[in-house]
Amino acid sequence: MSAALTIMVFDENRIRASIIEEGLREAGHDRVVVLHDIVGLARQIERIAPDVIVIDIETPNRDMLEHLFQLSRSVRKPIAMFVDSSDTASIEAAVDAGVSAYVVDGLKKERVKPILDMAVSRFKAFSRLQQELAEAKSALEERKVVERAKGILMKSRTISEDEAYALLRQAAMNEKKKLADIAQSVVMAAAMLGS
Amino acid sequence: MDNGQDMGVRVVRAGFIPLVDASVLIAAAEFGFAAREGIQLELVKDVSWANIRDRLAFRQFDAAHMLAPMPVASALGLGSNPSAVITPFTLGRGGNAITLSVKLYRRMQALTGLAGNEDALANAEALKRVIDDMKERGEPLPVLGTTYPFSSHNYELRYWLAAGGIHPDRDVKLVVVPPPMTSDALSAGAIDGFCVGAPWNMVAVAREVGRIVAVKEDIWPSSPEKVIGVRPEWADANPETLARLIVALDRAAAWCDVPDNRRVLAEILAEPRYIDAPVDILHRVLMGRFTTDPDGHERTVSDYFTFHRDGANFPWVSQAQWIFSQMVRWGQVDHSPDKQARVATAFRPDLYRHALGPRAGIPVADVRVEGGQRQDGFIDGAVFDPQDIPAYVKGFDVHNLENPAATRDEA
Repeated sequence: MSAALTIMVFDENRIRASIIEEGLREAGHDRVVVLHDIVGLARQIERIAPDVIVIDIETPNRDMLEHLFQLSRSVRKPIAMFVDSSDTASIEAAVDAGVSAYVVDGLKKERVKPILDMAVSRFKAFSRLQQELAEAKSALEERKVVERAKGILMKSRTISEDEAYALLRQAAMNEKKKLADIAQSVVMAAAMLGS
Repeated sequence: MDNGQDMGVRVVRAGFIPLVDASVLIAAAEFGFAAREGIQLELVKDVSWANIRDRLAFRQFDAAHMLAPMPVASALGLGSNPSAVITPFTLGRGGNAITLSVKLYRRMQALTGLAGNEDALANAEALKRVIDDMKERGEPLPVLGTTYPFSSHNYELRYWLAAGGIHPDRDVKLVVVPPPMTSDALSAGAIDGFCVGAPWNMVAVAREVGRIVAVKEDIWPSSPEKVIGVRPEWADANPETLARLIVALDRAAAWCDVPDNRRVLAEILAEPRYIDAPVDILHRVLMGRFTTDPDGHERTVSDYFTFHRDGANFPWVSQAQWIFSQMVRWGQVDHSPDKQARVATAFRPDLYRHALGPRAGIPVADVRVEGGQRQDGFIDGAVFDPQDIPAYVKGFDVHNLENPAATRDEA
């Protein structure tokens, strides 16, 4: 009896937007529109007339949307919310994840809640991904620097790779420092000594 | 929980937007004024007024740095989350300015012979002549940025335009631009001018893309700028904490008003966790020492920021009603005695007096005629008497009474 909801995702971060879009489609919502650019947003909202707008809480463009809702006569009056506004824990989860939303007035809570819960979990998944990526990157960097330090030691002291590694590890243990930090010092010292 | 017996430290979480007019709140947290009252003031920086409103409404914040029109809009059910908000304390006066692109200003000079030291009204009239010229030539009308539909900037920009004979809904296009983006938007030609708070006007001049044509004091010196907003039920449940917060803010405001303290204040404001802007620009803004244009014209506005003096923190009910009158004037809402009564409950001088009185200098009245004195006069010489808002609004040549957009939405 109730028609499918039209959901607009406004997020300047394209990857995150597509992660949310995918989640919504998997949940059976096929009327999902993703927008990345504030330019032309007003016209798009009038044209698409979304029931729900999911928006990144960290964008200052929320104030522009407020202006648009105030001015426009053709846009249906939306209500701002952070997921379920009666539940403190879920509000905190939404704010931590960085999600806010506008929902057309009068829409039933039980229809909107799963959409917003989905957005929150996808926003979270995205920041987890970003963190993992950052960690992987720094692990890769560390491995590279250890390789270079080993090479320097092998050459200057004519020792094997295993011996060079053992030397670095011993130094790290003695100095109570990370292996990568010791390796970094070796690389830097070598550069300064011109070897 | 607030009970009179508990003398322990009370945590107050307050949201703010990085602007110079958050100084009193920041000084209260940084320079011991809150701690002295037994309050641990935790400040949370935010990016939009919509977030500030919603996070206060949804109890993420206990208090918030807000635009003075926000509690008024809430009382009227305007905006997309009109939850109840009251203000017991105004964070001061001043701080805003109107900046036009250097290109638009040059055209005003070419057409009307402006020398560069004209007053705000003359600048508005010159802009009017340029707009008439643009219309004759069929050119696109200027696009001007403000910050939020229910902002002092919106009403000040409209007041200034209208004083010069420009209709803000017909002769220009008003848009919302986040203040930190105004310089970029101006230099990219996306907007032709804006009205925002400090330091962004001076930043645009320093970047040689903007020309300041009016400051808040030119439009209405007594105009309240930002306020402290709290939920009425929080105020009811925590009267002691609220009173202590008001005392802390009062002391911090007095400290901010001392010119010799403004260097230290500028240094704190400059930090990345606050405004994250150059310390010398912030200090010059706080002292009201302006460079108004890239040609090097200077102007000193001694009261550009009044944080405390002359009852700057007193939440005049008549000022809430003036804000309401401008909402009516521009068609955001229609007037009714019931709405005017609701607006009067948004500003709470009783809470201010309860925390700080009795003390010399605290007004005994909640309402006064605004703009009647020479020193707080409006740019167009109008006088605001809250007794008769409909007559006041009809007295303006430029208004939007025949086309009330918002009232239709409300129905």
